[in-house]
Amino acid sequence: MSSITLVEAVNLALSRAMEDDDRVVVLGEDVGINGGVFRATAGLQQRFGAERVADTPLAEGLIAGMAVGMAAEGLRPVAEIQFAGFAYTAIDQILNHAGRLRHRTQGRLSCPMVLRTPCGAGIHAPEHHSESPEAMFAHIPGIRVVYPSSPAKAYGLLLASIADPDPVVFLEPSRLYRRFKEEVEDDGEPLPVDQAFIAREGTDVTLVAWGAMLYESLKAADELAGDGHFAEVIDLATLKPIDYDTVLESVKKTGRCVVVSEAPRTASLASEISANISERALLSLLAPVERVTAWDTVTPMFRLEERYMPNAARIVGAARKVLEYQ
Amino acid sequence: MTVAATFEIRFTRYLDPTGREAAPLPSFAADARALLPDYRAMVFMRALDAKAIAMQRTGQIGTYASTLGKEAIDAGIGAVLAPNDVLLPSYRESGILMLRGVSPHRTLLYWGGDERGNVFPESPHDFPFNVPIASQMPHAAGVAYAMKLRREPRVALAMCGDGATSKGDFYEAINAAGAWKLPMVVVVVNNQYAISVPRRMQSAAQTLAQKAIAAGIACEQVDGNDLIAVRDAVGRAVELARTGRGPTLLEALTYRLSDHTTADDATRYRSADELKEQWKEEPILRLRSWLHAKGAWSPTDEQALAKDAQMHVQKMVQAYLDTPPPGSEQMFEHLYARLPRQYQSQVAELTQQEERDVEHHAG
Repeated sequence: MSSITLVEAVNLALSRAMEDDDRVVVLGEDVGINGGVFRATAGLQQRFGAERVADTPLAEGLIAGMAVGMAAEGLRPVAEIQFAGFAYTAIDQILNHAGRLRHRTQGRLSCPMVLRTPCGAGIHAPEHHSESPEAMFAHIPGIRVVYPSSPAKAYGLLLASIADPDPVVFLEPSRLYRRFKEEVEDDGEPLPVDQAFIAREGTDVTLVAWGAMLYESLKAADELAGDGHFAEVIDLATLKPIDYDTVLESVKKTGRCVVVSEAPRTASLASEISANISERALLSLLAPVERVTAWDTVTPMFRLEERYMPNAARIVGAARKVLEYQ
Repeated sequence: MTVAATFEIRFTRYLDPTGREAAPLPSFAADARALLPDYRAMVFMRALDAKAIAMQRTGQIGTYASTLGKEAIDAGIGAVLAPNDVLLPSYRESGILMLRGVSPHRTLLYWGGDERGNVFPESPHDFPFNVPIASQMPHAAGVAYAMKLRREPRVALAMCGDGATSKGDFYEAINAAGAWKLPMVVVVVNNQYAISVPRRMQSAAQTLAQKAIAAGIACEQVDGNDLIAVRDAVGRAVELARTGRGPTLLEALTYRLSDHTTADDATRYRSADELKEQWKEEPILRLRSWLHAKGAWSPTDEQALAKDAQMHVQKMVQAYLDTPPPGSEQMFEHLYARLPRQYQSQVAELTQQEERDVEHHAG
């Protein structure tokens, strides 16, 4: 057991998966000798060789498309897109092929691949390096979208994603890459996908979040507790398919819900979750569901990113609104 | 001044349009009778194609993309590929798939709107028909990478059209194939049209083959209406790939004698004269003329083959018509290895709706 950061946990899970399964191959831009721009693949090429840890030509569509071909041919590719903002040309391959290959061949071919990419704002990165495209991926049938929020979750969920027989888009919050350390045991044990986690139990309002927004929500929960309001905080973890059992059970208990997301609001996962709660738990609701999201603007350059992303104060404001709703 | 590359593009042709030998034949063609299976396959492809168009016109299948004019390319590739190689087709390669053992009724199923048209039990590693242009090219690089990693003497052969060479996926894949020296062969079926856009408007490059030079890989042009040339050129390229000597891009020159699909009307953008001229180049007549001249084929043989082909086509049509329609639940089957529980409510919703529909119709 050692105390490691989230990015180190990604590296540890990749090492473990490559050690345990010869079929696992890592590919992407600068993942080899350089170990990835965030160091997520540091040391892997030295350990497993340049064939299994392959620096690709600079072409994101190629990276995703090659992973489809490799997976169909029996490998377990883990492809890295350097930043989520560059993943858009790879969406063609994920949407048209990765998510459909099993169905369109009626199970004859399948696509057990992982597409990893750092995402989200908050690290003062250049333009196009702070995107939150989770809703675009979550809209795609036939894939999973997984979004870890801590070193232990990154380790366990990445192992689960690599072992998954279907394609997984694995979104890594770059803001949390080095924010804190956590004890992670390198035991090769996956965490369950398709399942949300209760990060903090409470009775008065449910806060649903994922990735970096989990910590803003926990901070908000602390502040609310000061007023005597006890928030239950859910770490969604898998964004497709969403574990509504956990969400609805919590909302039925609290009667109030705030969904927090750092992606723009329109056609977002926050909207989707809100709609599901309205459809399936309306009579348990004591107030309309609130969404706290980024604005429907382009992701600004970093001087304004703190004004773009939701923070604890906005979450507290929304929580108070639903708590005080008459 | 640095001379980085100078190039000539090899062009392979053994039979001229009238079927006369234009060059000394390769050894596999020494005995003309050895090419009879290829000829028979080409005739069958054309018979099935005509039937499929008729079936579309009578509403028995949906939009269909004709293979008319590319029979030599399909037969030549089918003859060369080994069973454990991987074919990555576009949507026009039903002929190659047939030669890889896939029952042609699958082609009718596919264009009849049924995913079971992509189930190839006889050639299980081959990729399904691919519609988004050139998007199969990166898959081929991935498949070839897997083969190379495992030190397998296998080849990934990807097919695309002339229009596909304008796409990023095409260039990204041949570039990667060169960088890693992958066991990959790309055959560009240059049939002169991407729907209505003619080859000259697709690119200022003098040949499409030469796009490989920028990627640092081998390239050739081949007469795509000459079966012997296709077999020879593809055979050499596949052999290079199989023995670790790198990828090849082949541009097969042919002409789309049909409309783009049954939803297209090519008279809007090309002249009857042009089409008439191109019929003089077509691959089946060319090979038949040669087989006649070699004494390997007679009009009697031709009549018997035509009858055989019709019978076999009819069998395939019957196999298609006898396939029960898919149940609605098929939409959810094979979406995931195991359907996540979150989908059960939608499956239930669909089932209930179907029951209501049945009652509605009964009422």
